[in-house]
Amino acid sequence: MTAPRLLHPGAWWLWAVALAACALRTTNPVLLCLIIAVTGWVVVSRRTDVPWSRSFASFLRLGLIVIVVRLVFQILFGVRVPGTTLFSIPEVTLPSWAAGVSLGGPVTLESLMAALYQGLRLATVLACFGAATSLCSPYRMLRALPTVLYEAGVAVTVAFTFAPQAIVASRQVREARRLRGRSDRGFRAWSASALPVLEGALDRAVALAASMDSRGYGRRGGASLAVRRRSVGLVLLGLVALVIGSYGLLDPGAPAMFRVPALAVGVIALVGSLAAGGRSTDRTRYRPDPWVKPEWIVSVAGMVAFASFVVAARMGDALNPSTNPLEVPAVPIVAVVGLLVAALPAWFAPTPPTLATAATSMAVAA
Amino acid sequence: MIRFEHVTITYPEAEAPTLVDVSFEVPEGELCLVVGVTGSGKSTLLRAVNGLVPRFSGGVLAGSVVIDGKSTADLPPRDLADVVGVVGQDPAAGFVTDYVEDELAYAMENLGVAPEIMRRRVEDILDLLGLHEIRYRPLASLSGGQQQRVAIGAVLTAGPRVLVLDEPTSALDPAAAEEVLAALTRLVHDLGITVLIAEHRLERVVQYADRIVMVPGDGRPVIVGTPAEVFGQSSVAPPVVELGRLAGWSPLPLSVRDARRLAGPLRERLAEVELSAFRRTPGVAGDVVAITDGLQASYGPVTALRGIELQFRAGEVVALMGRNGAGKSTLLNHLVGLREPASGTVRVMGAEPHRLSAHDVVRVAGLVPQDSGVLLYHDTVAAECSASDRDAGLIAGTTRSVLDQIVPDIKATAHPRDLSEGQRLGLALSIVLASEPPLLLLDEPTRGLDYGAKQRLVEVLGRLAAEGHAVVIATHDVEVVAAVADRCVVLAEGEVVSDGPARDVVIHSPVFAPQVAKILAPLPLLTVHEVELALAAVGDLPIS
Repeated sequence: MTAPRLLHPGAWWLWAVALAACALRTTNPVLLCLIIAVTGWVVVSRRTDVPWSRSFASFLRLGLIVIVVRLVFQILFGVRVPGTTLFSIPEVTLPSWAAGVSLGGPVTLESLMAALYQGLRLATVLACFGAATSLCSPYRMLRALPTVLYEAGVAVTVAFTFAPQAIVASRQVREARRLRGRSDRGFRAWSASALPVLEGALDRAVALAASMDSRGYGRRGGASLAVRRRSVGLVLLGLVALVIGSYGLLDPGAPAMFRVPALAVGVIALVGSLAAGGRSTDRTRYRPDPWVKPEWIVSVAGMVAFASFVVAARMGDALNPSTNPLEVPAVPIVAVVGLLVAALPAWFAPTPPTLATAATSMAVAA
Repeated sequence: MIRFEHVTITYPEAEAPTLVDVSFEVPEGELCLVVGVTGSGKSTLLRAVNGLVPRFSGGVLAGSVVIDGKSTADLPPRDLADVVGVVGQDPAAGFVTDYVEDELAYAMENLGVAPEIMRRRVEDILDLLGLHEIRYRPLASLSGGQQQRVAIGAVLTAGPRVLVLDEPTSALDPAAAEEVLAALTRLVHDLGITVLIAEHRLERVVQYADRIVMVPGDGRPVIVGTPAEVFGQSSVAPPVVELGRLAGWSPLPLSVRDARRLAGPLRERLAEVELSAFRRTPGVAGDVVAITDGLQASYGPVTALRGIELQFRAGEVVALMGRNGAGKSTLLNHLVGLREPASGTVRVMGAEPHRLSAHDVVRVAGLVPQDSGVLLYHDTVAAECSASDRDAGLIAGTTRSVLDQIVPDIKATAHPRDLSEGQRLGLALSIVLASEPPLLLLDEPTRGLDYGAKQRLVEVLGRLAAEGHAVVIATHDVEVVAAVADRCVVLAEGEVVSDGPARDVVIHSPVFAPQVAKILAPLPLLTVHEVELALAAVGDLPIS
């Protein structure tokens, strides 16, 4: 058992992205539920005390909404699949220019199950990202990024903090309504509170920006404008190429050009930007996170899960169970074992310093 | 070190400049206190030091601000980060990271300080500000005093020569405020850092100040001088100075220690008076308005209240005191029904407030929250008043007439955000009072109020109690407690640790005793006003 410390953020994100990639390769509800269970278990065992760590539940709720929306859309607009009709809704005949879009009609069990599987897949991907933000806050991920990306990254974090702050502000405003004797429930209460909530959250964002600026954020250092522009341009190019490349890797149907070549372009552009910008930026890093054994275990655990899915697909195991005809999904053993490996971080990652452990480790040190 | 030359600042769309032709200089290594009534432009002056005004606020700055030889006209705040450190009123609003150590290192990372120097400086600052025990803690888990010290540390690591703080202790309990001020004086004395600090509760800081910049507001010229010089002619003064003036002491004492040395004759003289006759008589306590029975509350795993048993009676003013996080606000929220008790009961006028509809609850209990501005969201004072009448189903004009009794002469067309802190509080208070709740709750009402506004609030609260309201104020402000409270309840860790007549509770506490009580101990007098009454009774006022 190692001393309480925070794991390198890159390790958690690799692990989470690998699990998300697994989810994108399957519609098997058993595997998807298992992925959610694994992420949930690891989050519960290794999350930190910062406010971010409570975001996992919000991501799960969001996932639930996605599933419901997917089902509703399937019922209203979905392609009519023949099979066991559960119920029918009145069919609307659309004009000829809208041919191909159907509205209403018989709703079959098969079509609903297909929609459910797809919704569940998206919800699982959301759970993976929820796990990543709960296990290490976006700010810590940012610290691990190359300096050139840092400024863009901070803008993103500030944008992220807007949401939780808006939640706090909306609670305040609804309480204030109640104190004034107005109803704090219902649609009117919500709509009337929108403006004060936005104002409050914006005020906070500006206060944060002022604090960051007066602590030296965004200092130009010695770099000339031209050099900065060149490196920022390379960063943008690299990021876009990386996004396309990762999409290509995740979607088995993507054209080949979108896979390795796109990734290679992205990496080259990013390395180029480091070379161009690295000389000129003066940022330094305080106590960089080490990458040692636990980091390897966590990231390799994620990779093993992904590899097991690739193998399972090669072996022809049922990663995508048929919904027409509907059958009970088979359970591919290889993939299940891979996912169990992905649960190992719950034991092998170091525990983060919580309030309690911070106190005890102090006592031990003293 | 800090030089203002003919500085005039005008905000966009403002009718008149906020500061007019301000010129002063603060030499290196001084602790300079900025005082003035609310809304006089103190924060504007502080934020102009590193150029946040006008660069972040908009507006026009004429004249020049020069810090350590660098003009804010040439350099943006980020390039002054190694010269000036600025800590805002709410430290949590300025935190960028999640953990104490990361927050301390943030400014140095931006400045590109070498890793080994960074490591050493963080350790130095941890020791200097006494933060080493909480270095691995998440920022969100810290108490108010700890957060304020981390915010100070976070700007100090950049190695600035000037530190600017806007009301660093206004949200803190007396002990946490001492903690922060002790750290600041240490910086001034040991490191020679120049400190510019704005503060309303002069009694807390005036003894540490080398120089005072008095911002009178309304475009009148600033007054700069030593504390004794400035308080000789200023209406804004802490109780110790007022007592000194009353007793005719010279030089004017600035600290309890100075005053106690001079107070011997005064104490002897007062000892001859039958003091009990001159104490403010507590209002006649009437029927029980609110009662809590075994009230427990929790936020997630944290228990905020553990079995609170209290009664509040009509006609009494109860002060609720205790550390930050002791459960004061939570108790108030339960009394007004914003939260449901985890166990135990709360009854106000016989009803459980959290079960009442919003429309009914305002008739039994009203709360003015800590930031009274959240109650206001209309464009004009008139709109606020008529909305309030409508919400509570009152005759049109009720709220306005309540407002006129509390703060007369507020323009009906004014925007609530343009009112001074005291006027805004008055408006929020009248909205709450309009439906005449028997139980009136105020959370930290004096935060950001100057002495004049506080005095008016004290008078209003006294009058409300006399009219039969039960008034409960949660506050850290011992001087206000001394002036208005009949009864004092001290909470700690969610439990009631003492409950009794305010005089008995505060007078022997090293933390909660007001300045006058400390100076005149063991005499049981709490305010300058009481001393005045006592002296008038002896027939010799003033004595020397």
